[in-house]
Order: sequence, then C-alpha cells, then structure tokens
Amino acid sequence: MTKFTLNGTEHTLDVDPGMPLLWALRDHVGLTGTKFGCGLAQCGACTVHVDGVPMRSCQTFVGDIEGASVTTIEGLSDKVAETVQQVWADLDVPQCGYCQSGQIMSAVALLTETQKPSDADIDDAMAGNLCRCATYHRIRAAIHEAANRLEA
Amino acid sequence: MLPENLPEMIAKRVPQRLDLSSVSRRGFLLGVTASAGGLAIGFRPAQATEATSTEATSDAANPLEAYIEIAEDGSVTVLSSQFDMGQGSYHGLATLVVEELGCGWEKLSVRGVNGNTALYGNIAFGGAFQGSGGSTSIFTSWDRYRQAAATARAMLTQAAAQEWGVPAGEITIADGLIGHGDKAASLGAFAAAAAKLPVPGDVTLKAPDTWTEIGNPDLKRYDRVGKTKGQQDFTLDVKLPGMLTAVMIHPPKFGATVKSVDAAQAKAQPGVVDVVTIHRGVAVVAKDMWSAITGRDLVTVEWDESQAETRGTEQILSEYRALLDQPPQAVARNDGDTAAALAAADRVLEADYEFPFLAHAAMEPLNAAARMNADGTLEVWGGHQMPDLYQHIVSQVTGVDMANIRMHIMKTGGGFGRRAVGDADVVSEAVAIGQAIGWKAPVKVQWTRENDMRGGRYRPAYTHRLKAGLDKDGNIVAWENHIVGQSIMAGGPFGGMVQNGIDPTSVEGASNLPYAIPNLSVGLTTTDVKVPVLWWRSVGSTHTAYTTEAFLDEIAEAVGKDPVALRLDLLKDHPRHAAVLKLAAEKAGWGKPVAEGRALGIAVHESFQSYVAQVAEVSMEDGEIRVHRVVCAVDCGIAVNPDTIKAQMEGGVGFGLGAILREEITMTDGEVDQGNYDLYEPLRIDAMPVVEVHIVDSDANPTGVGEPGVPPIGPAVANAVAKLTGNRIRTLPMAKGMTT
Repeated sequence: MTKFTLNGTEHTLDVDPGMPLLWALRDHVGLTGTKFGCGLAQCGACTVHVDGVPMRSCQTFVGDIEGASVTTIEGLSDKVAETVQQVWADLDVPQCGYCQSGQIMSAVALLTETQKPSDADIDDAMAGNLCRCATYHRIRAAIHEAANRLEA
Repeated sequence: MLPENLPEMIAKRVPQRLDLSSVSRRGFLLGVTASAGGLAIGFRPAQATEATSTEATSDAANPLEAYIEIAEDGSVTVLSSQFDMGQGSYHGLATLVVEELGCGWEKLSVRGVNGNTALYGNIAFGGAFQGSGGSTSIFTSWDRYRQAAATARAMLTQAAAQEWGVPAGEITIADGLIGHGDKAASLGAFAAAAAKLPVPGDVTLKAPDTWTEIGNPDLKRYDRVGKTKGQQDFTLDVKLPGMLTAVMIHPPKFGATVKSVDAAQAKAQPGVVDVVTIHRGVAVVAKDMWSAITGRDLVTVEWDESQAETRGTEQILSEYRALLDQPPQAVARNDGDTAAALAAADRVLEADYEFPFLAHAAMEPLNAAARMNADGTLEVWGGHQMPDLYQHIVSQVTGVDMANIRMHIMKTGGGFGRRAVGDADVVSEAVAIGQAIGWKAPVKVQWTRENDMRGGRYRPAYTHRLKAGLDKDGNIVAWENHIVGQSIMAGGPFGGMVQNGIDPTSVEGASNLPYAIPNLSVGLTTTDVKVPVLWWRSVGSTHTAYTTEAFLDEIAEAVGKDPVALRLDLLKDHPRHAAVLKLAAEKAGWGKPVAEGRALGIAVHESFQSYVAQVAEVSMEDGEIRVHRVVCAVDCGIAVNPDTIKAQMEGGVGFGLGAILREEITMTDGEVDQGNYDLYEPLRIDAMPVVEVHIVDSDANPTGVGEPGVPPIGPAVANAVAKLTGNRIRTLPMAKGMTT
C-alpha cells in the first residue's frame, strides 16, 4: 500500500511498488492525461510534478512516492498553470498534442521557479521534452509570453 | 495470411500516378437524410435527390453516411474523411464547413468516419479508396465539404423561410443562428424541417471576398484547448470494460518467424493472462501494461532466421555505392541525350550522396484496440490512416464480414507516414490477439518505444550519383541523376503504381526537376532488401530535394554564379517556384551582409504541388552545425488556415532538421541498433531555430502543407555549411557526413 497525495487528494495505491508511476496513474487511477512515450525518461511525455519538481513518471516508481504530493496535468490549478495553458491555446501551440501534457508540466515548473526565463533557461528546462511535431518555436514563444503575462 | 495486394476492387482503381493537376474535383452529388430530428448532408447516388429515412441506409458497421450532421440542439458534427495525426486536417475541414454553413465554432465537433468509398474516397487517389496522404486532405475536401455545407445552409434557409413566411433571400445564417428581422433560432430548430426538403441541385458558394474563416490568420484550432489540458484522447487512452493489454515480441531480424516459445515463467507471473503466437510475433497479454511489460521479459522465443535479412547497414550501403557504378535499371526521365552532352561538355561535376534509414518515431508508439461484441460485430480503435484497407485486413485476419466491422478512427500522437501502412501491422495484431484469446475480453496492443523503433517501416536508405555537364560559358547542358534504393510501393497494396521499373516515390522531386536543362536523365536502381520501408513525411523529396538543391549550389559555386540568380535563370517556366524563391530570399536579406561567422543557404522544392523555399542562417559552434533562423516562403494555393500553414512549416523545418543533423537507423547483422530516443534522437528545443513563414497570396485551389515544409531545410543548411566551411556534406546525417 502506497499512500500519497494526488492532485490535492489523499490517495492509496495497492500495486507493485516497482511499478512506474506512469502506469499506476494510467491503468490503476484512470488519469490518462499523462502520456507514454519512451519508458526511459528520454522524451518527457510522462512528466508530472512530485513535490513540485518535474519528474518523468516512467522512471519514478510507486514505492518512491510514499507520502509525496503528485500533480498531473489534470490537477494543475494555480495561476502559473492557468496562464501557461491559456497562452498555449492563444498561441495555438499543439499540433498532435500528445507530448503537450508533459511540455506544460515542464513549463509550469520552470515558470514557478524562474519568473523571467531566458532562452538558455528554457533550453535547460525543456530539452528533456521531445515534440516530434517540432512545436518548439511556439513553446519558446509561449513560455516568454506566459512570463510577461504573469509579470503584468 | 495477410493480403499482398489490395482487394481487387480497390487495386484496379488505384491510379497509376498521383497527379493533382489532372484530378476532377467534381463528379459527386449531395444527398440528405433526416436523423432523429436533425439533418445530415452527404452523398447519395444521383437518383436519390429527395430526403430519405436514415434507417434504410445506415447500419452499425457503417455509420450515417454524410459529411455534416446537424442535431436538433444545434450542434454540428463534421464527419471527416481525412485523418488527423496533428497536422490539422480536422480543423481544415471544419473551417470549410463553418465558412459555408455559418454554424460558428461553439457547437462544432469533428469525427473521423469511414465505410463509404464513394463518399469518402480520396479524390487525389482517383477516389479509389479512403486515405490521407500526400498532403491531400484539403485538396480532396475543398469542394466536397464546402458544397455540403452550402447545401445544408440553403436547405435550412428554405425551411426557415417557409416556417416564418418570409423570402428566403432575407434569411441570414451566422454564428449558429438563423435570423430574420427580430426572429432568431438555432440551426437545430430547422434541421428536421430542412431534411424533408428536396436537395437543391446547385448552390452558390460564398465569394472569396466574403470569407470570414477561410484565410483568417487569427483563427485558432478548434481542438487546441483540450490538448493543453490532457483531455484529448488518443488510442493509448482507449479503455474498455474488462480490457486487457498486450505487448509484442517482434522478430529481432526482419523476415524471421517464430520457431518456438517458452512462456511458462511469464504465464506464472501475476497479472499475465496469456502468451500467444500470432502472425507478427508473440504477444504477452496481461491485465495492465506493467504486467505485460514485466511478463514479456520472462518469455524466451527461438526464431527461424532462414528467410531473414542478415546484412548490416554498412554492407547494404556499400552494395548501394557499388550499384552507382552500374547503369540504372530503369529510366524515369530522359530529355535530350544526356550521355552525349556529358561527353561533349567543357566540364563535368560529379557528386555521390548517401542517405540512412530513418524512423518516423512518432511520440505515440503504435497501438490499436479491438472488441468483439455479443452480436458478432467487431470494433477496432486506432490511427486508421487508410481505414477501408484496414477494415478489409481485419476481415481477412478474423473472418468477420466487412459489414460487421466498425473502425473507430482515433486522433494520434503523430504519424509522419507511419500510420498508412499496407499490412495494417498493429491493427492486424490487435485483432489477431483478440482472436487468439477467444475474444474473452477486449484487448489493446501497445507497442513500447523499442517495438516502434525496431519495428521497421523506415524511410529507405538511398544513394545518389549526380553529374552535371557545363559548357565553356558555365551553362548547365546536361544533368544526370542515378538513384539507388528500395521501392516503397513494390510488393504492397500500391504495387500497381510501380510502372516500367519506376516506383514514383523513389524518384519524385528528381524526375520532375523544374530547372531548364536540355539534356536530363534520371535513372533508378531498385534494390532487394528485406528491411520493411514506408513513406516518411515528404517521401521521395526527403532525399531528392537534398541532392538536387545541394548539387545545384555546387554548380553555382563552380561557375561563379549567385545560387538565387542561377536558380531564377533556370526557373523561367516555373513561376511558382521562382516566386517562393524570391520571396524567401528577399525576406531573409539574401545578398546583404550577415553576422560574423554566419552564412545563409537557400533551397526551393515543390512537393505535392505546394512550393516551398527556405533560407537557413547557420554558424559552426565547436565543430557543430547551429541553425539560428529559417525564413520560409510557401505557396499552397488559397491559404485556408494561415496559422496552420505556418505551424506546419515550422514543424516541417524542425522535423527535417532533426533528420539531417542526427537521425539514423543502423543495423548490425540485420538487427536494428537503436531502440529508443537515447540513440535515435529527434530535434530537441535547444536546436530549434527561429522560423519565419511567409505565405504567397494565391487564388489557386488549395494544396497541402503537412509534408512540403520538410524537403528544403536539409539542402538549405548544407549550402550554408558549405559556404562557412567549404565542406559539401554528401553523407547524412550531417553528424556523420561532417567527418567522412
């Protein structure tokens, strides 16, 4: 039994502690906004926040999150997240959309930590998130725009 | 077990050549049906011009045949014949409908449909079958969906005019409301009445100067919000009551088959339900994904490799290089007398190029789900890019009648060509697994990244040899291009398109070289390799644009001409090529000074009848290529969704750039070396340039943008690198070609 907080609510998981959090969330909790891309922490599609830190849920195991607070795309709610999601829509960032949950989780974590990220900050924070549609041009613009709106 | 060829009825209708310019867009009639208080506008044979009941014509396997449904509550559903893997085709078709119908966006949704070739067959493919490819979705839909929407609008107008007793000409429809004076009603209020009216034979489409949706640069995609909230469902997210999850063990070498399986340990593993052998390998079926993955590690398979491909890529490519020294097997184009002109030339330039196998590596690894219902109907969920063909294959694998198979067309996490596959690979796996476990539960087969990366269906490897003959004034008098590589279409459902030894997808972009050169020959040698190959975003142009545009720059340098001026001289009969070239050059500041340590390279290429030129601004940093900025000009006819066009050009640049810089599938003794994104690394954000897109104003019928953004970036970067370093990179990826 693993007890943790998921999107603000106490949660218990009765699965193999060696199961990646990704599959526990998707197959056992039923939250499917977090996507599977590689299973090796190479693509970032499965990014969630564990105690506020962006983590690849395919390489984070259920046994590791005892007592932790996990946030998925479905649980984003603060002002930074709302702004990021609004800007993402305003700039029409997604194409296929598959990687975008992970992109947004990483972007929200970046903007929570760094209010005015430089291009280099964005590269550092976002290079772990692959987008095969290559929406990177708009992701970069969206992060700058979100920073501007949050500052205003 | 699987069909080598399309069903006869489809195969004989597949055109020998995809030539959008000769395609008739007309030849369809719109019909109408009433649907539970609503209206559905679609196709009916010519005799059915009056309203008919839906019950008589639709069944569970093939849902309501239509392009548009308008429900009583005013909601409008666009039924899309075209597949959306992220390129925005659903939004494009919706734009056409919203424009002509006036239904607004608020109550609009789009759903993929199939099951009626007459209705949904792709006009660019001669209407022979339903499919999305070759950047044709807007092309095939441009008249159909506007006509359908305009017909619906006319009938709703008529119904409202009768009800309100006012002239039809005074009725307005906008933003989902039908209005007259102070009266206003939802479209749904008149849908049922409209469905009872005769279908007007001829409707007038809106004049371009009254368009509010088509060409609107501020219009955003209807599906964007759900994709920012994790609410967009993909096949990965399909969850059916009691559903099992399967993962595959595929042969490690292409062409190998299962000899024996030891699954005892796996079957004893908690969560594993079964281990079954099917036509494409061994499937581990479990109650969830993690149980399936862990169970898979415990299965031992012995393979029969007697028919397998055992060569590595080094050997394959070395054989390809040797084939360049032989005459080509087939000739795709032969103008004048190239051999004589080369022999008589003042100077001859020659260059060999080499291209690796490439994986599509879409973010959503391939998957499909299937459920057999108690009434004998079979439902299949997946990225069905060629749904009629897949339905046929499902029928062949399972023995279930076509009419009892329902294809659920899901949006997918990318495609890039990978989901239009002649043997319906993962779809056939899902139903074969379902069959093998006696359909005791719905099943989803989910490939892991390694399945996807090592599963074949790559952009083929190619070598090219180009020769140019120059006269004493530096004019190009001869051009010869010999291409060596596998055929994508031979031996598959589109094998009939290979004519006289030429697979058009091997030579496209080379055989239709637009430059005015009097003696021009393009030859092809098709190789026999058992690595499964497939179209990969922009297909033949992935390699032909590179060789033609990079080689032309070599010629420009050799004759001391500016690359833009040289191209314009040779493009006098190709104004659309010339226009995008000039526009990109002008916007990029071609000919003006560039920042210290940087250089510009340019390329222009037409694919799928859209014209794209790109200028890349490049520097070298610690021996590595850095692309800072790309200026792109595109002419795709009428720009239906300008922002989507920009997005596709941006994405095409990033997709193409990743490929030329780093991507490569290699094999050792027949086994693929790369299994995940660690060794096969697409472009990441830190290498993404700024992309500026300029769209040529046009009133030509619209063509596609999903693919044409990809081809020019490779040669544009190569030409800039040559300016900076003198190094003409002829072996891709560039990370490898820089050092060889």
